[in-house]
Amino acid sequence: MKTRREFIKISAVGAGAAAIGLSTINIAGLKLANAAIDQTAVSDEEMTSFPTYCEVCFWKCAGWTYVDKHKNIRKIIGNKEDPHCNGRLCPRGTGGVGMYTDEDRLKTPLIRETVNGEQVFRKASWKEALDLVASKMKDVADKYGPESFALFNHGAPGEHFKHLLHAYGSENEGEPAWAQCRGPREVGFSATFGSWIGSPEPTDIRDTNCLVLIGSHIGENMHNGQVQEVADIIGRNATIITVDPRLSTVASKSKYWLPIKPATDLALLLSWIHVLIYEGLFNKDYVEQYTMGFEQLKEHVKDMTPEWAYGITTIEPSIIRKTAREMANAAPAVIVHPGRHVVWYGDDSQRERAIAILNALLGSWGKRGGFYFKEAISVPKYPHPQYPHTEWSWKDNLDGKYPLSSMAITTELLAASIPEFGYKHQIKAWMVAGTNLPLTIPNKELFKTAAEAVEFIVVVDTMPMDITGYADVVLPECTYLERYDTLRAAPHREPNIAIRMPAVEPKYETKPSWWIAKQLGERLGLGDFFDYDDFSEVLDWQLKKMGTSLDEMKKIGIKMFNRKSGPLYLADGEEYHFNTNSGKIELYSTEFAELGFDPMPKFTKHPEPEDGFYRLIYGRAPMHTFSRTSNNHNLFDLMNENSVWINPKVAELWDLKTGQKIWLQNQDGIVSTFPIKVRVTERIRWDSVYMVHGFGHDNKKLTRTFGRGASDTQLITNVMVDPMMGGTGMRGNFVTFITEKPGKEAEA
Amino acid sequence: MRYAMAIDTKKCVGCSDCVVACQTENNVPHGYCRDWIVENVSGAYPIVEIELRSERCNHCENAPCVRCCPTGASHTVEGGIVMVTHDECIGCGACIQSCPYDARYSHPDGYVDKCTFCQHRLEKGQNTACVDVCPTKCLHFGDIEDPYSDVSLALKNRSWKVLAPEAGTKPQLYFLT
Repeated sequence: MKTRREFIKISAVGAGAAAIGLSTINIAGLKLANAAIDQTAVSDEEMTSFPTYCEVCFWKCAGWTYVDKHKNIRKIIGNKEDPHCNGRLCPRGTGGVGMYTDEDRLKTPLIRETVNGEQVFRKASWKEALDLVASKMKDVADKYGPESFALFNHGAPGEHFKHLLHAYGSENEGEPAWAQCRGPREVGFSATFGSWIGSPEPTDIRDTNCLVLIGSHIGENMHNGQVQEVADIIGRNATIITVDPRLSTVASKSKYWLPIKPATDLALLLSWIHVLIYEGLFNKDYVEQYTMGFEQLKEHVKDMTPEWAYGITTIEPSIIRKTAREMANAAPAVIVHPGRHVVWYGDDSQRERAIAILNALLGSWGKRGGFYFKEAISVPKYPHPQYPHTEWSWKDNLDGKYPLSSMAITTELLAASIPEFGYKHQIKAWMVAGTNLPLTIPNKELFKTAAEAVEFIVVVDTMPMDITGYADVVLPECTYLERYDTLRAAPHREPNIAIRMPAVEPKYETKPSWWIAKQLGERLGLGDFFDYDDFSEVLDWQLKKMGTSLDEMKKIGIKMFNRKSGPLYLADGEEYHFNTNSGKIELYSTEFAELGFDPMPKFTKHPEPEDGFYRLIYGRAPMHTFSRTSNNHNLFDLMNENSVWINPKVAELWDLKTGQKIWLQNQDGIVSTFPIKVRVTERIRWDSVYMVHGFGHDNKKLTRTFGRGASDTQLITNVMVDPMMGGTGMRGNFVTFITEKPGKEAEA
Repeated sequence: MRYAMAIDTKKCVGCSDCVVACQTENNVPHGYCRDWIVENVSGAYPIVEIELRSERCNHCENAPCVRCCPTGASHTVEGGIVMVTHDECIGCGACIQSCPYDARYSHPDGYVDKCTFCQHRLEKGQNTACVDVCPTKCLHFGDIEDPYSDVSLALKNRSWKVLAPEAGTKPQLYFLT
């Protein structure tokens, strides 16, 4: 008989509390070696705690690092005052200890050299490595101008190197956060409400009555405060509507799961807009007072009925109507969530526009239970000389393309690194800090060709990520638990700052990024830009200007400030000027129209998989961040490889079983370097497969995670670029299954 | 007094934070764990349900592990917490075999280890590490004989189940459904 029931322990521990095949023999020597470490729990009073904010993901929760009397970091606990986490870190934050203890960490500077015709890394002193990087930076500046030096970065280290790069004379710094992640939603919401969404999202989930998720898998993306608020509304039975081809965790907790045919979300959104308008369910007073373009919108969606959408999305018209009415009933305490990683099909800014328009019709922007008006405190700038004038920046290379890109497009910086592409201005050298480009940027060939073409690459990281394999010089950064960094001053309901300070001395020969940037700056004659001996001086100077001090912040970790921009929400009928061309919420975007783009979103049909191929969908697991945590021992224990989710009907067709290892081949003939285990599950449609992003590392120095699972990024070779902002749409790739180990010819 | 835990399967997202928080709090060696997540999928597309459970030792009132322990290392302390005295444990593994919940493992140092309900924290008036860390607040702990404890309030007006009731162990983990 066929089973309809799966039983999977996702904490990857085999059976119950039993071990993952480790020896149970007591080795006396091991015990002796560990004698200095207390083998059992240590009470909080016996430890010292130091404030930090987390660097395992961009949510940056504030917490306390607990250190025992032997100077061992024992645990990290959330800061109760912090609105990002409310005292509860997520598994990655709790497991952040594993970043510090990872024995695979980068330990010394490394310099590439050729020995007997073979390229190897040799250990180098900081002096030698820094001298080399600085001399290369000087060479590049002399030969091509400093602008041809680009920085790819993510997270806190980026702040220090951006400063260095600007002082040096280049504005060519990019992060995957824009074109590989959330750029389209900022464009779509900005065109509508005149405001970015930003991070953390100002979604007032805790007070909402209806949350609509378009492919957003909150709970699997562990954006902490947001997950907490979603759990709260699950607890009080608020309506959740989840649109996803896969039964995500949150979909399973939703009142409505709409298992949409992938690539058709925009049709569903437009039909919802149709229902709200033509059934008269929209918020009339709000639309009247705050919006412009309603009549044009009404005409635009006239024919976009639920029946029209049904043929495209496979979602039944009655369900489309019912869910639209649910939203209207809850309005204005309703959120059609903008999502976060939204670069899917190349028309993503327009899909985000449709989401923004829905929120406008429901009157949720600026309302309790909808979107609140966020506020951040501005941190005083530590004085430094003016940055030099630059001759050109990434924007000049675009030639009018992607006019709404307000941050550099990483893929464009890569393309400009390849002389054959003939860009007006060429990139000649890179610094890469805190981002693992080969497992982040789609179309690995583009990345590899670019890496081959540039004259010099320096990588700053804590781990031997795959990117380090391409470096000429590797600089080992200490982890966030061992360093000072800039203040966290992200927007929230109340403005606040959080501090990060070292809990222990840096392990091995690692150094903080602020120190590396300063050392390079001094070697480049830019010492005036780094006028301090220790970064704590900068922090103390800034904190004193903000009415506190380093000493106080060491005791409290996080400080809240009063709002200055006014209340969190609009009062009924309150006058309000939106930061758009018209000062109104633009249902008809004058900005898009001026640039020659559709002023109101239109549905475009996207390519579908051929027979025997399935759309590749990827996402997150709650215990991992991108590709950066898979070697972290604490988190590796929770999930040590990804699997490919396949619907049972499809699995039957291919005779695939759960646990079987297969290779994936995409529409362009690219075969995954490593095999991936099959997970046969009813949780996904038959036209799609799903895998968690961030596995399939090919750097052997990541001893735990090397070769475990497959890399989705490797299989994403068809990139659908958003003409408005350069986002790299990655959901237009299709894979088929290979059950036998592919030969060399298949890999080529 | 009897300690118990209620786990709200409706709220749990299976993130495994409870697992890693227990590891760092109790210095559980890598590769082992005292608590874990079970994901249970039922139904057929598109009508599918998922149950997520954070599981650990059930601190049974009628604990087979205590009864079968030849040295008395496994024992019950105040509040019904089942403990293992490491020095008295000979690592024979009889308790591991007897546990219907698979809650025990052999520690590499030669003794059997498992969840203690963070007894060292309870003594200080703190909650267990897993309860305190859970981002969804799906774990509720306390004295089930006190009607106003977190666990009693969580169980009030909710349907719940225990695991393997047929084993007759009187387990003290209650799964809210």
